[in-house]
Amino acid sequence: MNQKSTGKAALWLLLIPYIGLLWVPFYNFREPELFGFPFFYWYQLLWVPITAALIWVAYRSTRDGE
Amino acid sequence: MGSDINVTALSVFIFFFVLVTIMGFVAARWRKPETLAHIDEWGLGGRSFGTWITWFLVGGDFYTAYTVIAVPALVYTVGAYGFFALPYTIIVYPFVFMVMPVLWKRAKEFGYVTAADVVHGQYGSRGLELAVAATGVIATMPYIALQLVGMTAVLKALGLHGELPLAIAFIVLALYTYSAGLRAPALIAFVKDIMIYIVVIAAVALIPSKLGGYANVFNAADAAFQAKGSGSLLLASNQYVAYATLALGSALAAFMYPHTLTGIFASNSGNTIRKNAVLLPAYTLLLGLLALLGYMGHAAHLQLDSANDVVPALFKTLFSSWFAGFSFAAIAIGALVPAAVMSIGAANLFTRNFWKAYVDPAVSPAGEAKVAKITSLIVKIGALLVILFLPTQFALDLQLLGGIWILQTLPALVFGLYTGWFRAPGLLAGWFVGFFGGTYLVWDAGWKPLHAVTIGGASFTVYTGLLALAANIVVAAVLSAALAKSTRPQTQQ
Repeated sequence: MNQKSTGKAALWLLLIPYIGLLWVPFYNFREPELFGFPFFYWYQLLWVPITAALIWVAYRSTRDGE
Repeated sequence: MGSDINVTALSVFIFFFVLVTIMGFVAARWRKPETLAHIDEWGLGGRSFGTWITWFLVGGDFYTAYTVIAVPALVYTVGAYGFFALPYTIIVYPFVFMVMPVLWKRAKEFGYVTAADVVHGQYGSRGLELAVAATGVIATMPYIALQLVGMTAVLKALGLHGELPLAIAFIVLALYTYSAGLRAPALIAFVKDIMIYIVVIAAVALIPSKLGGYANVFNAADAAFQAKGSGSLLLASNQYVAYATLALGSALAAFMYPHTLTGIFASNSGNTIRKNAVLLPAYTLLLGLLALLGYMGHAAHLQLDSANDVVPALFKTLFSSWFAGFSFAAIAIGALVPAAVMSIGAANLFTRNFWKAYVDPAVSPAGEAKVAKITSLIVKIGALLVILFLPTQFALDLQLLGGIWILQTLPALVFGLYTGWFRAPGLLAGWFVGFFGGTYLVWDAGWKPLHAVTIGGASFTVYTGLLALAANIVVAAVLSAALAKSTRPQTQQ
């Protein structure tokens, strides 16, 4: 029971990338730059590993389900 | 043909092309099944692909050669706006993680091969099945044609002009797909993806140092956009909604296509798909870096006839000739994998949801495999003829519409996995409104997939596919509610 509810909770994590990436005013800036990349670019690239990590957490918590 | 051919580049190119051709034919014997004369074997590789094969296959199939050419070309032309491909190919994975294992399970349980099979099994409606199948086929055809556009761009850079090289490459592809089925692109995808990774890593590591570093690359692009008065490094405020809705709409549409679904159905478990949702974003990182080649094109001051030449021209200018040949081979092979899977996906749809449904309901699995093989040949030759005889713009416009069309199959395919509340007539009417309404809006906007919407005095530019999907869902829900009131639901199957 407890196991199952943590599993469900982890799935909410999957909504985070949608918020981080679909709300453009969060990141449509030039500064701060990183390695010459304007913020707009490195911010979105950074969401690739973040999203993979969030899905991994969700995966860890659901795989016993099936 | 003639003087602009570089012998080293061409030899390297031909070496790799011959290598994958041999692999394509050998693939019929790879992980050999009892028989290939069964649609599950020919069309889905026996539903046996584990995590790594699925990763290479879906990666090789979703991130196509056309993407490698077109995304940097768009970024080269318009700047930040062309980057929507990055959020699109990130947010697609939480969706894949949640939905695709459920879909896989349904298909596995009942032996379904296509999306339209799933829909027919759920609702028992031949009409809805046909709508989903026909949408899949016509959305895929221009997509195959665009792989040829990607291949043409690299052949041109190699100095191979005219139609013959393209036709030869495609006919070879058609033949080994015919004999080995999905095993051919699955095996070739290993080579293709590793080559593309090498090329992109080399490009993002080496090219900026030749162009004075990333800061200089971005500054050069900024200067070029200001000089020509269009495009920019950041989004204009009226592009925010368009950018976000294009990303979301494309992400929802991506795994409705027959070729991506074929990769899903071919995997060996729901867990394989979940693991892939974790691992596939590696390709997105690659795509994001690749998109920057568009800006490097500005920094290298390339003179181009067409924006689609930016990647080949950059490689040709900045790489040594053998590595340029290697890169071009990677892109050309990158066209073969998705084109093969797309034609297999379309052929499966035709066989299962048209041939079996209307022509020969008693067809055996071996008979299905035979029909699918022949259909895959016809589909590829059709795409080749489109590219040879119709203007490229025609394929581009159709591909754009294809994204909007395929998105309209989402309610019929996905909602039924979670609820039995929707009714077939409602979903069919929703599909009809979304499909034709969306097409009308795109035509009305002069073949642009964006539509201006005014809410409370503020005007937004929204991706038409998402608007059409909203209309689709509303119609489906209203009609289903009306039908539920007038008739008691029949026993669930």
